Amino acid sequence: MIQIKDLHKSYHMGSNSLHVLKGINFDVKEGELVSIMGSSGSGKSTLLNILGMLDEADTGSYILDNVPIKGLNEKIAAKYRNEFLGFIFQSFNLINYKSALDNVSMPLYYKGIKRKERTERAMHYLEKVGLAQWSHHLPSELSGGQKQRVAIARALASDPKVLLADEPTGALDTKTSYEVMELIQGINDEGKTILVVTHEHDIAQMTKRIVNLKDGVIIDDSKVEQVRASQYV
Amino acid sequence: MFDIERWQEIFETLKKNKLRTFLTGLSVASGIFILVILLGFSKGIENGVKSEFEQDATNLITVWTGVTTKSYKGLNPGRYIQMKNENFDFISQKYDQHIEYETSLFSIWGAEISYKNETVNYQVRGAMPGHQFIENADMESGRFVNQADLDETRKVAVIGRKLRQDLFKDEDPINKSISIYGMNFKVIGVFIDPGGEREEQQAYIPLSTSQKVFGAGDDIRNMLFTVKMSDNFDEAVALSQNMANAVENELKLMHTVAPDDTSAVRVFNTLDEAKKIYSLVATIQAVFWFVGIGTIIAGIVGVGNIMLIIVKERTKEIGIRKALGALPMSIVGMILQEAVFVTMFAGLFGLIFGLALLEIVGPQVESDFLKYPQVDFNIALTTVFLLVFAGAIAGFIPAYRAAKIKPIVALRDE
Repeated sequence: MIQIKDLHKSYHMGSNSLHVLKGINFDVKEGELVSIMGSSGSGKSTLLNILGMLDEADTGSYILDNVPIKGLNEKIAAKYRNEFLGFIFQSFNLINYKSALDNVSMPLYYKGIKRKERTERAMHYLEKVGLAQWSHHLPSELSGGQKQRVAIARALASDPKVLLADEPTGALDTKTSYEVMELIQGINDEGKTILVVTHEHDIAQMTKRIVNLKDGVIIDDSKVEQVRASQYV
Repeated sequence: MFDIERWQEIFETLKKNKLRTFLTGLSVASGIFILVILLGFSKGIENGVKSEFEQDATNLITVWTGVTTKSYKGLNPGRYIQMKNENFDFISQKYDQHIEYETSLFSIWGAEISYKNETVNYQVRGAMPGHQFIENADMESGRFVNQADLDETRKVAVIGRKLRQDLFKDEDPINKSISIYGMNFKVIGVFIDPGGEREEQQAYIPLSTSQKVFGAGDDIRNMLFTVKMSDNFDEAVALSQNMANAVENELKLMHTVAPDDTSAVRVFNTLDEAKKIYSLVATIQAVFWFVGIGTIIAGIVGVGNIMLIIVKERTKEIGIRKALGALPMSIVGMILQEAVFVTMFAGLFGLIFGLALLEIVGPQVESDFLKYPQVDFNIALTTVFLLVFAGAIAGFIPAYRAAKIKPIVALRDE
């Protein structure tokens, strides 16, 4: 599903240059649940941003679902993001003046789907994350765990190839974190490819494979015995 | 544009910031309001000036004479210059191709006019047929003096509406006989003059008759010509100015008057005067437009400013939208539409308010140079287009900025 070869990325700040990614090589197959670990400054967020087409690599190749992602303009990047990717953020990034339902239907709106179908599909995904009865509430009326579940429903709404989660449990307490991970595991069980960036070991253990990043290179990439979050809930 | 969802979003954001929206709208609305009022008044001034000139033809050259003030070729100053029929005929023939209507006049002021028991003292003018058009006079009934009246020195009179009212009350004056200084004249017509009551007090008789009954011989008091108008106003002004100068020179030559003597022969050219006043009016109108547009620009800059702040505030939201697949165009559209909507709505409000005020107050305003201030439909339409255009400009820079926002920057957790 994802093939990355010799990926480099530097940031320039004035005369200083910061080499963040120093040759990343890794593949993700369909249906995998991968966690990317590393301390802050290891380059894991940069990698995720490149995977999410929010940022572009300096050199190296990135192939997503057999489509080479290269030299994108804003318009095509926006189209690919909408088509291929679903984002889950640490701080949820819901639009605060829109109801849960409207937030979930947002990617469908940009896909150009009619209002009626949009609402139906958004409602379907809200049900899936167990928030059907909260559909008309604003984000400010929801708890942290509920917000993240709305965000997951939104990421799923456009039926993307890959879900990218950046510290999805970073702003949540342990119990809620496990609930969210249970949901993510459930979605993965249905066959969705998911990448999770985290620095928490217990969260990483709940995925099927851990990629360890340090100073811009992968130092370890190994499959793990998945811990089911449901046993903690 | 007609996307319900997008309109809903615009209303939501506007509702969330009522005070900000209100203040922005107020600046645009007052700008348009001021523009409409200014334009209304400039139209009012135009109407006022036009009605001042409507009394007589605007392309009129008037000639009258006085006393010489300078000695010339051995002749002493203090001579009264008396124009004769032959002077008029000469000029009339020489400048025939430029002249539209012509008349020479011999008038008696305060003539005693009576019918039955009613007697009044009004002006009686001996005139030619062309005078009707020069005065812009319309016939209420009957006809004006014609060439046959002149040729046969008929004792006929055309009376003004006021004079008819004074003498005849409700009686039909046509073919009745009035007396001027005891001489009987047959009334052949009643005229209406846009110059008002003063003009409508007069009676016109054929010039030849007037010269004969008042013992004037060949004397005339005034000559009046209208110059043929060309489509180009400036050309017409130049032509009539040339003609006025030529007439003045001819008369001075015929009567041996010093070329620099300004009081013996006087020629007044209405078109030249009209040009001065029209260009003054045009200047006033230009200033009004300038001030009005300046006010609108101030309002629009306000809208642009607010939109920049809105974009700044919504940076994160725009980042989210982009991450979810919003095209740059749809972001531009969103911001632009909001700006256009605010300017349109507020502007239309100002426009309607201004128009309503002019509609209510306008018809009551009537003085010499200000009459019925109003804004015509085309100008209102122009302002509306101006508004849409202005709104688009006000929104464009903020929208462009919004489209340039990188989702990665916008989504960075602070």
